[in-house]
Amino acid sequence: MSVPTAVSNARSASAVANVGAAEFQQHALALADAQQSPAWLAALREQGSTDFARTAWPGRKTEQWKYTTLQSFQDFTAADWGAGRVAGDRARDAVHAASVVSSQLLTLDATTLVFVDGVFDAEVSDALPAGMTLFSNADAAAQKLIKDYLGRIAGSVDTARRNLFAMLNNAWASEGLLLHVPRQTTLNKPVYIAHVSSLSTSREPTVSNQRVLVVVEEGARAEIVEHYVSQSAEQQAFVNAMTEIHLGNNAQLHHTRLNLEPESVSHIGGVYLNLQRDSRFNGFTIAEGSRLKRIDYQMNHCGPGAELNLDGVYLARNKQLVDYHTTIEHRVPNGTSKEVFRGIIGDRAKAVFNGRIHIHKDAQKTLAELNNRNLLTSSNAEIDTKPELEIYADDVRCAHGATISQLDETALYYLQSRGISPAQARVMLSFGFINELLQGLPHEEIKTALGTHLTALFAADRALVSDVGAVETGITDAASERS
Amino acid sequence: MLEINKLNAQVEDSHILHDLSLSIKAGEVHAIMGPNGSGKSTLGNVLTGRDGYEVLSGDITFNGKNLQDMGIEERAREGMFLAFQYPVEIPGVSNMEFLKAAVDARRKHQGLEELSSFDFMKLARDTSKKVSLDPSFLKRGVNEGFSGGEKKRNEIMQMMLLEPSLCILDETDSGLDIDALQVVASGVNAMRSSERSFIVVTHYQRLLDFIVPDYVHVLAGGKIVKSGDKELAKELEAKGYGWLEGEVA
Repeated sequence: MSVPTAVSNARSASAVANVGAAEFQQHALALADAQQSPAWLAALREQGSTDFARTAWPGRKTEQWKYTTLQSFQDFTAADWGAGRVAGDRARDAVHAASVVSSQLLTLDATTLVFVDGVFDAEVSDALPAGMTLFSNADAAAQKLIKDYLGRIAGSVDTARRNLFAMLNNAWASEGLLLHVPRQTTLNKPVYIAHVSSLSTSREPTVSNQRVLVVVEEGARAEIVEHYVSQSAEQQAFVNAMTEIHLGNNAQLHHTRLNLEPESVSHIGGVYLNLQRDSRFNGFTIAEGSRLKRIDYQMNHCGPGAELNLDGVYLARNKQLVDYHTTIEHRVPNGTSKEVFRGIIGDRAKAVFNGRIHIHKDAQKTLAELNNRNLLTSSNAEIDTKPELEIYADDVRCAHGATISQLDETALYYLQSRGISPAQARVMLSFGFINELLQGLPHEEIKTALGTHLTALFAADRALVSDVGAVETGITDAASERS
Repeated sequence: MLEINKLNAQVEDSHILHDLSLSIKAGEVHAIMGPNGSGKSTLGNVLTGRDGYEVLSGDITFNGKNLQDMGIEERAREGMFLAFQYPVEIPGVSNMEFLKAAVDARRKHQGLEELSSFDFMKLARDTSKKVSLDPSFLKRGVNEGFSGGEKKRNEIMQMMLLEPSLCILDETDSGLDIDALQVVASGVNAMRSSERSFIVVTHYQRLLDFIVPDYVHVLAGGKIVKSGDKELAKELEAKGYGWLEGEVA
């Protein structure tokens, strides 16, 4: 198998002492204080700071962070924090010429909205259509909507499970996007939101906070694509990105979240979703690993009869880490949830998948399915997968499962018997393992763009291509890992 | 085309083929019939070089080359094709991508240029119509969710695209209704030529009404116990395999 290469980290070899958790908190709070933001957001931000300050730093005993250490954060030195800016100051040294940013974007027939380090970039964006408002420009009506909805879902999570970085996102929230789709309306185009981490000329790390609030009212429909990307694979960055989605009765949303930032970007993100009666959510997410990539999906059935589908893909190689934590709360009857995640992990990389489904006692007639499959392509790769099903209702149909697979030898033989080389056959089958999920994407353009990107990735780096022999060792490792 | 001389082969320590010899010349169609467990499918898998099918002794030459020196994919590129009894479903790999990769590999081996995507798509669409398979099947995963008949037609489509010199049909008739059988048979018949040979492995005589063989061999207990012309197939249909038991021992 391929030889693991070192994570590109210009500073890891430097002699500067790491800051610890206490320093992280201190710097993070100082950064929150330094933000300029609309006065009407002050209460939320203060609450965020207070909550964040009160919360203990996650350690190995913290269930939510059991398999993912935040060690790599502590590589951010005090000097880095001094240079870091939340929702960056556009006058600083960042190099984000419009043309450079544009080259990072997908070409979609959509309303394109670009944020660079959390700040809206009007130069490369389309004009904001009706219903879409920057927090910094919100009129009284928009302010009211934002105050009504912002932070509400994340804040309703059990205290024990509340995410530290959601609190931090509140504390840092100086800018954001409100996407409001009024009753019984349908957005005529998808909304494509690109979050770009910029390249700073000084090469100092950047810190950015990104916030999207989606309110789809009763009977309304929309489609959103969120794309996280970095201008340079050399640029160190920490991105804290949070999307909250409120679906009203009978509302429908297609939501795609593409986390394609390179290894140098640490990303902690969350998608928080409330589903009211008969609403429908179709989600797709993909993440390439990096030095730290952690994405939480918190999804709540609040009204009966809602339907939720979430497909996810993760790919990790080198010494990357990727961690998905998903939680679905069924509080009401007749809800449907279907979640399918697949991952390929190679080299010395590590992936974590934790999928929790919680069916409360009143949630009768719930249908819930969760499936997670993993392909390990090296005996040094690690997957920690944990489907969790908690059921307190007696009339429900649930299925959950997690497997660590290997390539199907019969399929390999079939391809070879048609003249295809074993090496090419393995690429086709490994890519096919995740391609099944890509095929469910609603847009040919995204399918094609992602397909092209990933095909190149698979062709360039054998780390994601399964070698049948090597995988068997991987299974043993992973099994003991989970016992 | 193909010379098999005193072939002995085993699968998972079980000795299946015993001193099997068979000579096939260009343009000939040979039917191999026999009861279940006689070694019919083993022969196909040994010829394609599947892992786990081990040649103990004997020689196989294909187009003058020693087959055992060649890997699975090399045999295919050289012109050997096995239509599977149970074609494999591969979700996530599109039929079109699969077919293009296969045809590209074969053409490269023949010293021909790869077809452009545009030309290939046109060729694939035209070919799919010849086996009455809707071109939409090209976009689906390989055999994914195909019915039994659709899978077999997909095999014949692959055969048409790859233009092999030796086609082995492994119980291609199993699970087919009469209409699908006719589609498959006419696809095969359209490909018959003086340059191309066929081994038609089947349990039933029915297929041989549509694909008329030059020779019929009866395989029992891992060896050929009787050979004849197409009339032998009819005799087998009437009498079953029991009357040949004595010749196995």
